[in-house]
Amino acid sequence: MTALTDDTLPMSPRAMRDEMIVFAVMALLLASVPFSGIYPFFVMQALCFALLACAFNLLIGYGGLLSFGHAMFMGTAGYCSAHALKVWALPPELGILVGIAAAFGLSLITGYISIRRQGIYFSMITLALSQLLYFIYLQAPFTHGEDGIQGIPQGHMFGVLDLSKPTVLYYVVLVGFLAGFLLIYRIINSPFGEVLKSIRENEPRAISLGYRTDQYKFLAFVLSGTLAGFAGALKVFVAQNASLTDVHWSMSGEVVLMTLVGGLGTVFGPVVGAFAIIAMQQYLAGFGQWVTVIQGSIFVICVLTFRRGVVGEVAHYFRRSL
Amino acid sequence: MQALYAQLLVGLINGSFYALLSLGLAVIFGMLNIINFAHGALYMMGAFVAYFLLNLGGINYWWALLFAPIIVGIFGMILERTMLKFLTGLDHLYGLLLTFGIALIVQGVFQNYFGSSGLPYSIPDQLKGGMNLGFMFLPIYRGWVVIFSLVVCLATWFLIEKTRLGANLRAATENPTLVRAFGINVPRMITLTYGLGVGLAALAGVLSAPINQVRPLMGADLIIVVFAVVVIGGMGSIMGSIITGFALGVIEGLTKYFYPEASNTVVFVLMVLVLLVKPTGLTGRAA
Repeated sequence: MTALTDDTLPMSPRAMRDEMIVFAVMALLLASVPFSGIYPFFVMQALCFALLACAFNLLIGYGGLLSFGHAMFMGTAGYCSAHALKVWALPPELGILVGIAAAFGLSLITGYISIRRQGIYFSMITLALSQLLYFIYLQAPFTHGEDGIQGIPQGHMFGVLDLSKPTVLYYVVLVGFLAGFLLIYRIINSPFGEVLKSIRENEPRAISLGYRTDQYKFLAFVLSGTLAGFAGALKVFVAQNASLTDVHWSMSGEVVLMTLVGGLGTVFGPVVGAFAIIAMQQYLAGFGQWVTVIQGSIFVICVLTFRRGVVGEVAHYFRRSL
Repeated sequence: MQALYAQLLVGLINGSFYALLSLGLAVIFGMLNIINFAHGALYMMGAFVAYFLLNLGGINYWWALLFAPIIVGIFGMILERTMLKFLTGLDHLYGLLLTFGIALIVQGVFQNYFGSSGLPYSIPDQLKGGMNLGFMFLPIYRGWVVIFSLVVCLATWFLIEKTRLGANLRAATENPTLVRAFGINVPRMITLTYGLGVGLAALAGVLSAPINQVRPLMGADLIIVVFAVVVIGGMGSIMGSIITGFALGVIEGLTKYFYPEASNTVVFVLMVLVLLVKPTGLTGRAA
């Protein structure tokens, strides 16, 4: 197996400092959005997808596993959170927990099944599982089929934060995103993350060193799926609906695209990629199906010319790890 | 009972398409080490080429059966020469991502010009009508699709397993460098193999045009089912792909009769069961 990223610099204090600076700049920029006049709804949406892409990147960039069904975690968490908020009338924080728990359960099951095969088969299995789930949601009564769950109440988080106010909602989503991002950052720099990288680089050698690689991959899958569920639960408050588009394979494809554009296996790449793709969809919304054509072209161009992605290329140029 | 036989026939027809498509995927994977995500889009192109040939060129179904696979096959070979060949030596997943991008482009372009609704393609005169077999009424065209697909599948199996060309091909799959040293043009063989696999997909498209109408997204969901078929059957053996394809089609047909709610999902559920019992797939070796 050839390495996905050829910059496998060990984690040096300098790299850690660089990443912390970039993180601080990113957090400041995002925190100042409500004062800048940028449409906060757009940024909130992008943040949810950025978190989803980061969770996906944890699996592909650090575990070498390409999941082609990551939308199923987002969609499942979305449906369950939406149901909990609307039908059970739970407060927002519990609604999010229900969504995360659902994604956790789903990732336990799908991880147990899909981790049995490697490489290309893993991708096909995750895609097939997400399609299976799509058909189940299409027929299940609680998802309301083609209509989806609409008009979800946003409510008051912890009884005080009024999420129907855009600014309050924005900061709640931002805090959720930053917390998720830091958790992923912590995971990839932990001993567990190092083992994961060694499995990506050379699985037989990791096995010969005594690591039970299947267990590591399984844990990475569950972490990734659960975090993707967190992104899906947050997205419910932003979009105020949960629909079949969130579990469709084309959504899984978009997540792959975001991460590929930003840079597989880079810390900040998925965030950059998510903002780029969501912005493109906003501006090109009037062009109908040409958006699909453009997305396809970006796939082709990325794979053929810059496989490191935007952030990966920049990092490579400056010989830094980002 | 009539309904059961009718669903069995539908199952056999879907099985024909699964077999033709998974066969092409297996052949391509053997030579190029790429899972061709564009297979569904190229299947759709086969149907559209047949439609264009009839409505723009007045060329009938029988010639379309010949020309559509050739035209789409050439398109495939151009894709291979201009893009796919640069992925040699890279991780498998880049092949998947690239062909996924190609699929999005092709499907997007067709959707722009033809929307999402179906275009009609009528059954050729010679195959219209039906036969009463005593226990069921058999529409001739449907019987033709099953038999013709079976013949094409077996011919492909024969070509790869029993001829000299096939022997070269299998040798090049095992060790391309050594085969090149014997003076065989392996890059050309890779291009032709991709053309062959794509041509099989296009042929399936032409066969399905009179049954399922010609739609830009006709291959998009089908390819995911075919992936599940490939996971179940494994890509190690040509005959394995053919048998798995037909068998899963029949099982799907039976499900439509006995428990219609699960007919969309039965192939995926079977995939899960196979993975739990025998992770390498029914015919596959350890990957």
